[in-house]
Amino acid sequence: MFDSLAGALGKAYRAIVGQKVLTESNIEDGIRAVRQALLEADVNFQVAKEFVADVKRRALGLDVIKAVEPGQQFIKCFHDALTDLLLGGQAQGLPVAPQAPLVLMMCGLQGSGKTTTCAKLALWLRKNKKKNPLLVAADLQRPAAVDQLQALGKQLNIAVYAEPTTARPPEVCRRGLEHARTRQHDVVILDTAGRLHIDEPLMKELQQIHDLCKPHGVLLVCDSMLGQDAVNSAKEFHARLPLHGLVLTKVDGDARGGAALSIVKVTGRPILFAGVGEKPDDLEEFDPPRMAGRILGMGDVVGLVEKAQSVIDEKEAEAAARKLQKGQFNFEDFLGQLNMIRKLGPLKKVLGMIPGIGSAMKDIDFDDQHFQRIEAVILSMTPHERQKPDLIDLPRRRRIAAGSGNPLDVVNGLIKQFKMMQDLMKKMGRGGMPGGLGGLMGGGGKSGGGFPGMPGGGFPGGGFPGGGGRGFPGFPGGRRR
Amino acid sequence: MVFGKLLSALKKTRDVLTAGLSRLFSFGRKLDETFLEELEEVLYNSDLGPVGTRIVEDLKESYRKREVKEVAEVPAFLRRRLLHRLAGSEAPLVSAPQGPTVVLIVGVNGSGKTTSIAKLAAHLKKQGKSVLLGAGDTFRAAAVEQLTRWAERLGIPIVKQPTGADPAAVAFDAVAAAVARKVDYLLLDTAGRLHTQKNLMAELEKVVRVVKKQLPDAPHETLLVLDATTGQNAIRQASEFAQSAPVTGLILAKMDGTAKGGAFFGIREVLPVPVKFLGVGEGVEDLEPFAVEGYVDAILTFDKSTAPRA
Ligand SMILES: Nc1nc2c(ncn2[C@@H]2O[C@H](COP(=O)(O)OP(=O)(O)OP(=O)(O)O)[C@@H](O)[C@H]2O)c(=O)[nH]1
Ligand SMILES: Nc1nc2c(ncn2[C@@H]2O[C@H](COP(=O)(O)OP(=O)(O)O)[C@@H](O)[C@H]2O)c(=O)[nH]1
Ligand SMILES: [Mg+2]
Ligand SMILES: [Mg+2]
Repeated sequence: MFDSLAGALGKAYRAIVGQKVLTESNIEDGIRAVRQALLEADVNFQVAKEFVADVKRRALGLDVIKAVEPGQQFIKCFHDALTDLLLGGQAQGLPVAPQAPLVLMMCGLQGSGKTTTCAKLALWLRKNKKKNPLLVAADLQRPAAVDQLQALGKQLNIAVYAEPTTARPPEVCRRGLEHARTRQHDVVILDTAGRLHIDEPLMKELQQIHDLCKPHGVLLVCDSMLGQDAVNSAKEFHARLPLHGLVLTKVDGDARGGAALSIVKVTGRPILFAGVGEKPDDLEEFDPPRMAGRILGMGDVVGLVEKAQSVIDEKEAEAAARKLQKGQFNFEDFLGQLNMIRKLGPLKKVLGMIPGIGSAMKDIDFDDQHFQRIEAVILSMTPHERQKPDLIDLPRRRRIAAGSGNPLDVVNGLIKQFKMMQDLMKKMGRGGMPGGLGGLMGGGGKSGGGFPGMPGGGFPGGGFPGGGGRGFPGFPGGRRR
Repeated sequence: MVFGKLLSALKKTRDVLTAGLSRLFSFGRKLDETFLEELEEVLYNSDLGPVGTRIVEDLKESYRKREVKEVAEVPAFLRRRLLHRLAGSEAPLVSAPQGPTVVLIVGVNGSGKTTSIAKLAAHLKKQGKSVLLGAGDTFRAAAVEQLTRWAERLGIPIVKQPTGADPAAVAFDAVAAAVARKVDYLLLDTAGRLHTQKNLMAELEKVVRVVKKQLPDAPHETLLVLDATTGQNAIRQASEFAQSAPVTGLILAKMDGTAKGGAFFGIREVLPVPVKFLGVGEGVEDLEPFAVEGYVDAILTFDKSTAPRA
């Protein structure tokens, strides 16, 4: 989820990187890219508009910090705006009951995941808070909804209070509560029927349950795949029963989750949990700053920059960058760069930390093995060959292939691409990493194996975020599935 | 009462789109940037997504070419464009030339598959057809019981196995029973699955293979059930499900709310199959055949003369 926002942010970042200061006009492209990404991610039109205005205000209000690139600063503005939005005003967990039992009430549209969430939450409370929960089956509408909750209760060994479907839901809830008190349950979770926010009788029924049971917290269960209508339904649920928080479900899918942002915005309530699968333990506590980080390309840019600074030999990197620009970059340098990248951690993880790349890589099977294969090829060259790639003729290639345990094709491909990259670099001068460099290590992806989604200029500014022109060449491409 | 319920739902709700459009086409407005942005917003609010932006671009182009000169001409322009995009998206349920017609129902979790089966069964039964249900969701708690409850209510036979059984085995049994009992229709339920779950999509492929073993032409219909409240993700659902099952049509469920299911316009571009039915409520009667004009008018209820009567 949230991947495309990350991708679009990468776009925005590339549009802004290289600027000395952030001005109204030079952030325009980035801002537009962000807005478009939000809309395509199902963020409500008005919410997107306000959010973009917020990012812009923050970006323009910034002091120019010399050491930090404007592009990075822009990301930070976006990150902060997103975190604030996701926090929904204030961070908070489940409510506390002055006196047991704690009563929680689930509500939401049909099929959003309420019943499953009831079971997940009960399990979570038992595991993490040592609670003894009771589930109350108050969905008497959907055929076999009671059986569903009972089956889950049985499976998890969690108590379920149920009555025949001829009963009235508010009464069932009230009696469920009494039942909990006599049985010493310290948490009660009410599972209600799914309903449309415009269904007057059913919305009234929810209010009756609320009046009768006075839950300490009402949780709105929302499907992360929701579209624009999410704001209409969430607003109405919130108006009828003040919500305590939200549970976002089906986060294990590939929905961009923009509706969730809209719901937080219009209700001012935070997301407390995320459902990440159909099984009862597929529930995660929701952490807004971390999620904001993930939206930014699953990336912790700052952390990555710090890490990079600690493992990258600045002088060596600069030398490599200079050589690259002159087209003198050789296999020796390349090997050095490879090793630097590898010090950062598993490749996929490292690249995933960079905004815009995480999402571009989503479909790529990255293998560090491919990395190793290339290393093996280079290590099978003599130092002389590494420094003068032009020397490597067919007999030498055969020897290298045999020595590294690779077919000749692999060696040929590597050398050919390396040369192409050198030429390109010469032409580009100080520019950035062309997609072709990615192709150097790619396993035959669509566009020459280069980074999908990396436009001509490639990696912004010839550098790694914050690198100020330090080369960070050698991003591998990969195979698309 | 074609569209009756859908339209009454639209009327009942102080529908955003309607409100938006009537504001938009109020007297004296100019065809300027503000107007275009508002129009784009109105289309977005119906989940048209980037298609909405493209329609606005088309409008600009037509304005430049003087094909559209003023705001009053915009509703007709929109109607034409939307209808054009939906051309060919209406079609009745097919039936097998001989033997049982197998209808496989697929979709993501909670989209409305099982309820749609109950509605379809009721619809077919009303037409005098004999129907058999196959309880192919053996995963979700009480999914078998849910379909069984519907079968009992409708007085229709059901083939099932306990929760946890192999769904392909249930499919096999159900097809065998449909052939043996010479029923007109077999409606086969499946567990909800997200299209990103490779193993579950593979499971679906297996169900299709098993159905074909006995009836090579089956499933005659594979209907993807989409929740109308879903946003742009519906487009991914459509293209991904079509990779694993021979999707022949769609059911747009939950059209009785305020959502319009506008992602369908984008779906046309990746999976041009017709919408066979709309789900407009939780009861067995709440199924309506899809009609393009009615749907487009429901999206564009902006003008009294074109407003459909419920
Ligand atoms: N308002 C409304 N509710 C619907 C419609 N179709 C289904 N529902 C409700 O949506 C919920 C989920 O429907 P199901 O038919 O169980 O959905 P499913 O796709 O079989 O769900 P899983 O098998 O759990 O993936 C139920 O509460 C249904 O009553 C519809 O057209 N309108
Ligand atoms: N993949 C996935 N499926 C979920 C999640 N939460 C619920 N579901 C599924 O969504 C469907 C509807 O869930 P249910 O709890 O019955 O929804 P309710 O109608 O709101 O009570 C079921 O098939 C659940 O298994 C989730 O986080 N991820
Ligand atoms: Mg339920
Ligand atoms: Mg079902």
